[in-house]
Amino acid sequence: MRKKIGILAVLLGFFILVTFPLWHSVGMRHSLEPPNLVLPANQKNCVMPVAYMRSSHMFLLLNWRELVVRHDQHTFRSFDGKSYNMSLTGTCLGCHNKQQFCDRCHTYMGVQTPNCFNCHVDPMALRGGMR
Amino acid sequence: MSPLRAGIAFLLVVLVAALAYFGAETAAVRPLLADILPYAALVIFLAGFSFKVIRWAWSPVPFRIPTTCGQQKSLPWIKANRLDNPSTKTGAWGRMALEVLCFRSLFRNTRAELREGPRIAYSEDKFLWLAALAFHWSLLFILLRHLRFFLLPVPHWLLGMSALDGFFQVGAPGLYITDGVIFLALLYLLARRFWDAQVRYLSLLADYFALFLLLGLVLTGIQMRYSDRVDLERVKEFALSLTVLSPHISAAVAPLFFVHLTFVCVLLAYIPFSKLMHLGGVFLSPTRNLANNSRIQRHINPWNPPVKVHTYAEWEDEFREKIRAAGLPLEKE
Ligand code: HEC
Ligand code: HEC
Ligand code: HEC
Ligand code: HEM
Repeated sequence: MRKKIGILAVLLGFFILVTFPLWHSVGMRHSLEPPNLVLPANQKNCVMPVAYMRSSHMFLLLNWRELVVRHDQHTFRSFDGKSYNMSLTGTCLGCHNKQQFCDRCHTYMGVQTPNCFNCHVDPMALRGGMR
Repeated sequence: MSPLRAGIAFLLVVLVAALAYFGAETAAVRPLLADILPYAALVIFLAGFSFKVIRWAWSPVPFRIPTTCGQQKSLPWIKANRLDNPSTKTGAWGRMALEVLCFRSLFRNTRAELREGPRIAYSEDKFLWLAALAFHWSLLFILLRHLRFFLLPVPHWLLGMSALDGFFQVGAPGLYITDGVIFLALLYLLARRFWDAQVRYLSLLADYFALFLLLGLVLTGIQMRYSDRVDLERVKEFALSLTVLSPHISAAVAPLFFVHLTFVCVLLAYIPFSKLMHLGGVFLSPTRNLANNSRIQRHINPWNPPVKVHTYAEWEDEFREKIRAAGLPLEKE
């Protein structure tokens, strides 16, 4: 009988483990909101349609890097007909605030803060967080 | 006919994928796939899992199984193999831990071949062990990494794990080592069932089905990460909504995700009724979890009917006079 109770206890433990996200969320119920992303106030569009940006902006960034560093091309024609200089710091972070936009979403998603900013500059950080 | 079995299994998996893909685009089916199927799968998994485990736990195991691969503990000057043939509980725990973590019994895998002569030759075959180990450890890593969709805030150990898995920092999103490893391991495990005539002969539809299902799951995941990206923020919203029991999925989430999700649900619900139940079964295997102490302790079968015995001592008492008269030795004078 002791053995059977032991097995049942382990089974119960396994149940709790499998359903762990449920218990975790019970404790966090108040703060399960999606991140509050601060969008640029004076702009309507991103450089690509927003659905593409949301899911695949990292592809675009690597594409830009490839074009700039390997092919010496610098101008990007956006889907709405504008021209942008292909630059992480100059263009993306010219419109977007790294901390209140990129980082918030990345923290929410559990993306390792990309190491890009080991080398590239966050202009906000340079100005002591003020713009 | 093994190719036929493999073909049917493949078609079944394709069918699941097609149902999920077109279901995701049908307004009536989409909520079914996202809001009901995951819970149904989880309930079936947990209920089926308990049913199996409880049935195993309640079956009597009166005897120790001494068919092991090492020398049993006997006389002090005979070296016992404490891990392969443990005589103590600790030893049995050690054997179980090694089995679960290192797949020790697969390490003994051999291959039999007919050579010229004809004579039969056995050789070591470690690839099954290697591929199985690579597959299972990658699966564990991937499952734990997936918790990032279900937990908010994402715990630090999880970030550390993802960083370790993305150690080589190839591309963006970074290549995960486990993605490549699990894919190659699954390919090997499948190819093995095609190449080796003996294994092909033994392979059943269920063997192929499990492999194709896992392969489909892994391939859709890889596709979502490295090529046809889905809106992960919305996926996380959905995953979190599942955890608070009020599921809703955004219209922005692509059908590809539904294929992945449906594969997961089918897999989860399928586990308790298939060979994949070794997930729980390995811990309840009498050949792995019992110490072989038959020479130290007497194990009595609980359902033995009472047997009327007549011991030697009683027999001697009965015939004492006759034995003495015949001049035979007595144990008790
Ligand atoms: C080891 C330092 C380093 C890291 C880390 C790094 N970059 Fe760069 N990146 C550079 C250098 C150097 C250039 C070339 C700048 C130039 O030619 O003007 C560059 C150029 C680029 C460009 C095009 C030019 C520009 O000004 O933006 C893009 C886009 C870019 N990197 C994106 C990224 C992204 C995205 C990451 C993170 C995944 C990243 N980089 C990580 C050093 C780095
Ligand atoms: C001209 C200003 C501008 C530039 C430059 C720009 N963005 Fe945007 N971005 C926007 C606006 C405006 C939106 C919101 C669009 C909408 O909601 O339709 C947006 C949306 C996004 C989103 C989706 C946010 C969400 O709603 O979830 C991402 C991700 C993003 N941008 C990343 C980038 C990256 C990476 C770059 C550099 C390659 C970049 N943006 C360059 C203005 C810009
Ligand atoms: C709507 C949420 C969201 C926003 C806003 C966002 N990202 Fe991302 N980003 C992601 C997700 C999710 C991933 C990881 C994808 C994965 O792991 O599959 C990612 C990955 C990346 C990567 C690849 C890093 C890696 O290690 O995989 C880079 C580079 C990146 N983002 C840059 C940016 C920059 C720069 C901005 C701000 C201009 C930004 N992102 C804004 C969601 C977002
Ligand atoms: C047995 C269960 C599962 C297996 C084996 C599996 C396997 C995989 C694999 C191999 C990948 C490739 C990228 C990576 O390794 O992270 C992946 C990605 C993904 N999986 Fe799963 N998965 C499982 C369950 C789930 C579940 C339950 C969800 C629901 C939230 C899910 C959602 C996703 C998403 C959204 C991606 C893309 C991730 C990205 O782009 O970074 N998976 N999956």
